[in-house]
Amino acid sequence: MILKGKAWKFGDSISTDQIAPGRYFHLRTNLPELTKHVLEDANKDFASNMQPGDFVVAGRNFGLGSSREHAPRIIKIAGVNAVLAQSFARIFFRNSINVGLPVLEIDTSGIEEGDELEVDLEAGTVRNVTRDKTLIFEPLPPVMVKILGDGGLVEHFKKYGDFHLET
Amino acid sequence: MASTLAEKIIAAHVGRDVKPGEIVVTDVDVTALQDGTGPLAIEQLEELDLVRAQNPANTVLFIDHAAPSPRKELSNAHISLREFAAKTGAVLSEINEGVCHQRLVESFASPGDIVIGADSHTCTSGALAAFATGMGSTDVGIGIATGKTWLKVPETLRVEITGEFKPGVYAKDLILHLIGMIGADGATYMALEFGGSGADAMTMSERFTLANMAVEAGGKTGLFASDETTQAFLEEQGRGESYRELAPDDGAEYARTIEIDASLLEPTVSAPHTVDNTLKAADAVGVKVQQVFIGTCTNGRIEDLRVAADILRGHKRNPETRLIVTPASRSVYLQAAREGLLEVFVEAGALVTGPGCGACVGVHGGVLGDGEVCLATQNRNFQGRMGNVEGLIYLGSPATAAATAIAGHIVDPRVEFLT
Repeated sequence: MILKGKAWKFGDSISTDQIAPGRYFHLRTNLPELTKHVLEDANKDFASNMQPGDFVVAGRNFGLGSSREHAPRIIKIAGVNAVLAQSFARIFFRNSINVGLPVLEIDTSGIEEGDELEVDLEAGTVRNVTRDKTLIFEPLPPVMVKILGDGGLVEHFKKYGDFHLET
Repeated sequence: MASTLAEKIIAAHVGRDVKPGEIVVTDVDVTALQDGTGPLAIEQLEELDLVRAQNPANTVLFIDHAAPSPRKELSNAHISLREFAAKTGAVLSEINEGVCHQRLVESFASPGDIVIGADSHTCTSGALAAFATGMGSTDVGIGIATGKTWLKVPETLRVEITGEFKPGVYAKDLILHLIGMIGADGATYMALEFGGSGADAMTMSERFTLANMAVEAGGKTGLFASDETTQAFLEEQGRGESYRELAPDDGAEYARTIEIDASLLEPTVSAPHTVDNTLKAADAVGVKVQQVFIGTCTNGRIEDLRVAADILRGHKRNPETRLIVTPASRSVYLQAAREGLLEVFVEAGALVTGPGCGACVGVHGGVLGDGEVCLATQNRNFQGRMGNVEGLIYLGSPATAAATAIAGHIVDPRVEFLT
């Protein structure tokens, strides 16, 4: 399946405090409300102007900080197709896979705000339609392909009743 | 095969040698949730019809991030944790008990354990030679219900520490210096392993400060070998029987080794908005500070409070600088009371709060105003961290914090107060 959408560009070191700010701590049990503030402290216009299917495109160490799984969850609930970054912080990366949000390590330096992208998860490619360029992303580890393919860790457990990660 | 500490602990759990990069499914010994991450974990287990704890005595639900609750939504989140504990037999750590990571090292984590917690600073327990790592709600929820998790065996970055701190320089200065050197992603996916004569000479409190901040370099955990210092600490907690000696093997393979001579370090601060944005406190002198916060899982232990009290004794805070002191746990709070430290803080013009995460997480108890500067002993200075995207956070040691509260601006604590 090809995912199509527009790029929203963010910088380096976008923390989970910027994705799911601590001042909305009380909304962690109300994810639809928390989603209205997704990435608010990195770009206050993102939540209200993004369209389902758009991509979050960032620099280095995206998602650093707190282990709050609410961060990738609300990015997914907002309808973001995938997050593309130069690199990811470890816990955010794992949480994203667990909640079924594709996270792709790729050189994002040539992607600009508003570029039209087409991501082919199976082929491992990102086509920048606006700039007529195709990039290849780092393949996910097989264990993560498995969990993501099942739709996240909860779905994986519904399917197998246990960890079923032999590859 | 010669193994690092991380490899050794994981290998003992899966019953065979392991190498970096391998994926293992392993038993876990201690699991932890807190009030920010717990409700979501419980929701996932309800969806899976798995509301149970495989090992209830070592499953702990901490109410620490918003304790006591500042609003009804959080009060209701707390109810869900209490109900889960009642249903499963898991341990509940109530609002008076303190920060999860301090409670974990006092009462739950032991050398050789695998500890998973739905809080990024779970790596703190690595100072007890436990493979302790932060994960999200779903991972930890499933760990609670099944007693298992999956791990990628990490590469290890060895931090070889020699020399002793000069007066006025502390473990916090070392870890800030290290993160400034390797960057906030300098140890991504790796275990940090602290060793060398300098590490061997450290107190447990100092080791906890270093291990706590492993995640601020991207690390999965921050490990120390266990030794007589570890043993004495566990005995003090009434858990001497849980001691085991664990050390990396000679010839273990490290992805990278960094040497730090502690005697060359100076008081260090991280400037807004990343932990790796470090400079010498001496180079930040003069930055006006409206709030000083002493506490947290990084630097809210009795040893930290003693350092701060020694500087504050007989002084008053600057009238334009608020001072908040939050002991990390009930036991630290009680000990500080017994030693008369709380009195020193109150006399100096501090607000002493009950134990908990307090102002660090930006939920309550010290939210910054627009443009305000805070010097905090916590582990993070991200934009918005203390509840306001317009706030500016500097990180430093308890000594730097205490001296700054008196001066009203950032100072090198050695200059005026420790000579």
